[in-house]
Amino acid sequence: MRDPVLQVEDLSVSFTSGGVTTDVVRDLSMRLDGGRTLAVVGESGSGKTITGRAIMRLLPRGASARGRIVAAGREMLSADERELRRARGSDVAMVFQDSMSALSPYLDIGAHIAQAVRLHDPSVTRRAARARAVEMLDRVGIPEPADAVRRFPHEFSGGMRQRAVIAMALVNRPALLIADEPTTALDVTVQAQILALLRELQQEYGMAMLLISHDFGVVASAADDVLVLYAGRQAEYGSLRDIFEQPAHPYTTGLRAATPRLDARLDSGGKRTRLRAIPGAPTSLRDAGPGCAFAPRCGLADQVGERCVVEVPLPTVRPTNEDGGLHLAACHLDRLPALQEVAR
Amino acid sequence: MSIIEIQQAEGRRTPLLRRFLRKPSGVAGLVMLVVPLVAGLCAPLLARLEGQDPSTLHTNLLDPDGGRPLGAIGGVSADHWLGVVPVTGVDLFAQIVYGIRSSLFIAFGASILSIAFAAVLGTAIGYFGGWLNAVAGRVIDFMFGFPGLMFVIAIMAIVPPEMPRGLVLVLVLAFFGWTVPARIIGAQAGAINARAFVEAARATGAPPWQIIRREMLPHLFGLVVVLFAMSLPANVSVVAGLSFLGVGLRGDVPDLGKLLSDSLPWIYSGADVWYMLFPGAVVFLIVFGATLAGDALRDVLDVRTEDAA
Repeated sequence: MRDPVLQVEDLSVSFTSGGVTTDVVRDLSMRLDGGRTLAVVGESGSGKTITGRAIMRLLPRGASARGRIVAAGREMLSADERELRRARGSDVAMVFQDSMSALSPYLDIGAHIAQAVRLHDPSVTRRAARARAVEMLDRVGIPEPADAVRRFPHEFSGGMRQRAVIAMALVNRPALLIADEPTTALDVTVQAQILALLRELQQEYGMAMLLISHDFGVVASAADDVLVLYAGRQAEYGSLRDIFEQPAHPYTTGLRAATPRLDARLDSGGKRTRLRAIPGAPTSLRDAGPGCAFAPRCGLADQVGERCVVEVPLPTVRPTNEDGGLHLAACHLDRLPALQEVAR
Repeated sequence: MSIIEIQQAEGRRTPLLRRFLRKPSGVAGLVMLVVPLVAGLCAPLLARLEGQDPSTLHTNLLDPDGGRPLGAIGGVSADHWLGVVPVTGVDLFAQIVYGIRSSLFIAFGASILSIAFAAVLGTAIGYFGGWLNAVAGRVIDFMFGFPGLMFVIAIMAIVPPEMPRGLVLVLVLAFFGWTVPARIIGAQAGAINARAFVEAARATGAPPWQIIRREMLPHLFGLVVVLFAMSLPANVSVVAGLSFLGVGLRGDVPDLGKLLSDSLPWIYSGADVWYMLFPGAVVFLIVFGATLAGDALRDVLDVRTEDAA
């Protein structure tokens, strides 16, 4: 078996502030091969962005990560600054949510991309780097790239800017791309274009993609595998098909029921259905109790009883529809009732 | 797309200087700043051109009763372009050009030193934050609480006569001038450091120096220019104040501040308003010119206000 492009083992990230340490990501493991897309899904505060940052070691001040992260053959958690700088932007790259703020207003589009080229290969001349930038802008579908290269971010539309951010991230052909909500700030038609572009470039470069999203619609159209996070822990992991066809965690079913669907009519036998919100608010990480973090909001906790509030459920293997697929869920319930029943 | 085409596209960008020269207010400010500066630089030459020097007394040009200059506009004549100083009859034009030389260069030196130091320290505070921010912040607090002016007066009072007083003044003013700008620049740099494009630059593997130079400094430049433009007139007036108190430059060295403070009684009594108006106009030109030029430079450097042309 080939070495995976990304391997994360027992990753925990904690913040220390005012002498209090809070774990925002706990015991997370994942594995991602080249050419595949793993979607990390969860609500705000579930730790999905922090997980992406931890992989690049771009954690905010006061945060520390434990465990093991191997990205493109590099041990990211034990690497020194020099090695990290070499890895960032060339082995592992990142696409940000808000393209307006991810580009410096004082640098033209070309300067952003050329800088990324020259940082990882100082032998490239300024001129050649600008030429690479033009090529790359052309590749991500920006019209008149020779003209666009000297435009400034504010002269671009949102979709164009996001294309430029993608060009900047992919110009050095990274083995792993971390896309942190890459389409959230865009309107729906542009979203689809950007996702299609990302998929296309992924196939072309054979890179692995970690897609961080809260939107099941985006996940369904782009992911191969899905990791559902809740309160910094793995709630469920499986192939896209398993997650959609036989979810094994009540949080996953709750997220799905809260996602608008075009085929909702068919689902409910012709009756119009309302979107169902998951009751309650995301659990505060600071006063996490001993049990399952989702228990206070879970409609099925009373079916299990005491165990949900006293014992943290560990991920266990669930049935899969995929050949050789791995399907894990961290729930005390062995089998979930059908989707309609859970949602009711 | 060939490289030549790309170069041609690049070449269309208007150079910085031409964009600056296109702004009337900037050009006006630059002229107002540069003309007195050059006059100060060429003070001996200009004085010789006029045929005067800044120390000869011309008591024959004064009204024996009260000592005010004879003739209109403070004694302006072909020999004395801006008239003479009351009581002593010294040539005012020579006094002013020599005065620009001493006070403006002291103010410039002090402003450059203090703002440069503030820019370096502020950027470092913003980028590295943490303990550097804490330590520098406490030092700045200490400097705030320190009676700076008293200290300057004390220092200037005990400077040994063989030391160049001008240089000591530059250093002392710079020592007390960096704190406020450093705090302002530090806060701004910290805010920029937290913005997403700095994170994005880090995600492409940019080292700290590159992030500071390419991402942070362009954002700080306008602020630094404005702080400099504000610091310059402040230093001019402090030099003037110190000279007034007798702890500035040596009594026989002309300086604009001293001229202004000496002229006070003459403008109160209305006996010779020109004694203040001429040096005052020069100070006004310098301060206003620095502000206009600073504003224009900041606009030119800000790509967002650049017109599409």
